[in-house]
Amino acid sequence: MPLTIAIASGKGGTGKTTVAVHLAAWLAEQGRPVHYLDCDVEEPNGHLFLRPKWTVEEEVSIPVPAVDHDRCTRCGKCAAVCEFNAIAMLNKPLVFPELCHGCGGCTLVCPVQAIREVPRVIGTMATGRAGKIQFTQGRLNVGEPLAPPVIRAVQARRAPDAIALLDAPPGAACPAVATARGADVIILVTEPTPFGLHDLELAIATFRPLQKPLGVVVNRADADRRVQEYCAGAGIPILAELPAERRVAELYARGELLFAALPPWRDMFAKLWQQIKALQ
Amino acid sequence: MKVVITASGPTLAEPIDLHFGRAKYFILADTETGRAKAHDNTPNLQARQGAGVQSAETVANLGAEVVVTGSVGPKAYRALQAAGIKIALVEAVCPGTEALRRFKDNELPVLDKPNSEGHWV
Repeated sequence: MPLTIAIASGKGGTGKTTVAVHLAAWLAEQGRPVHYLDCDVEEPNGHLFLRPKWTVEEEVSIPVPAVDHDRCTRCGKCAAVCEFNAIAMLNKPLVFPELCHGCGGCTLVCPVQAIREVPRVIGTMATGRAGKIQFTQGRLNVGEPLAPPVIRAVQARRAPDAIALLDAPPGAACPAVATARGADVIILVTEPTPFGLHDLELAIATFRPLQKPLGVVVNRADADRRVQEYCAGAGIPILAELPAERRVAELYARGELLFAALPPWRDMFAKLWQQIKALQ
Repeated sequence: MKVVITASGPTLAEPIDLHFGRAKYFILADTETGRAKAHDNTPNLQARQGAGVQSAETVANLGAEVVVTGSVGPKAYRALQAAGIKIALVEAVCPGTEALRRFKDNELPVLDKPNSEGHWV
């Protein structure tokens, strides 16, 4: 299968989506089949730049327990096995679906098969095309805490014959890890600020145990070289340094891609692609 | 009657803990015999989620008929309702002995809906 690339970051707002959408646009210009998968399901925004036309919308749900109280013997095993306190044994099992992670443990331990699983919708998923780019986006419903099931659902839609770009959620917690686990290569986008470096260190510490090739893109690069020094010390290659330009911010704020107005950026992404291929 | 008081320490001399789900101690007091026994709830303070649900199960297992506390969230409220446990509301911190006296003197209102926001995780 062609390469799957996660574009992640520690700190938010460093330029993940900028890198992901331009890499997708550049690859499409080269005639390469590419599938953009927006895994930043709490705040998907890749569509603002690539502007896909949606063709399929689906609900994403997790299985939650429903107890047959006539069959239940009140043994309490379902409540005891639940790590998330989603079932309490109070005269009879009381289910709190909003706490359930959908692991299915309660259903497995019930000795009398009194528990069946019913779907609970936690988000939606949309698929479409933006020109030659295939596009899938996940969206977690407001107020829902569990992003990983939606992220896994999005990744399951990956077209097998295309290069997949996973736009990851920021941070170094479960949603970012759920995204990165599905990738062959992880790109961390950061910025040359103390916050950018601090969160990059956290992200590297989180993603390294996944044992996948890692590289860093420094966005809004300037005279501050601490990110580059840190990466040299940690043995992590810098794949690209994207310059800080006012024009980029202006175009970004309008949801426009950069290549038409700023042709040198096309070359930067061509070079970035060569660096990514050299990583694996 | 068996009453659980949410407390910040292991005796009724300590101030009460206004939180239900993440109260440090549950003190089970028997209003007939005057005996009191502390249950350490500190392991549950670390629960990632569902502390209120777990605490409701704990006080139900202690045999409580009433909980004297300051705030109960929506899930803990639902769990206590299912267990048939009433909630007597204390609005400000006071010693456990004082809270128990006020309960016995019928000075505490009964909570008939959750009075605290739920937490997601």
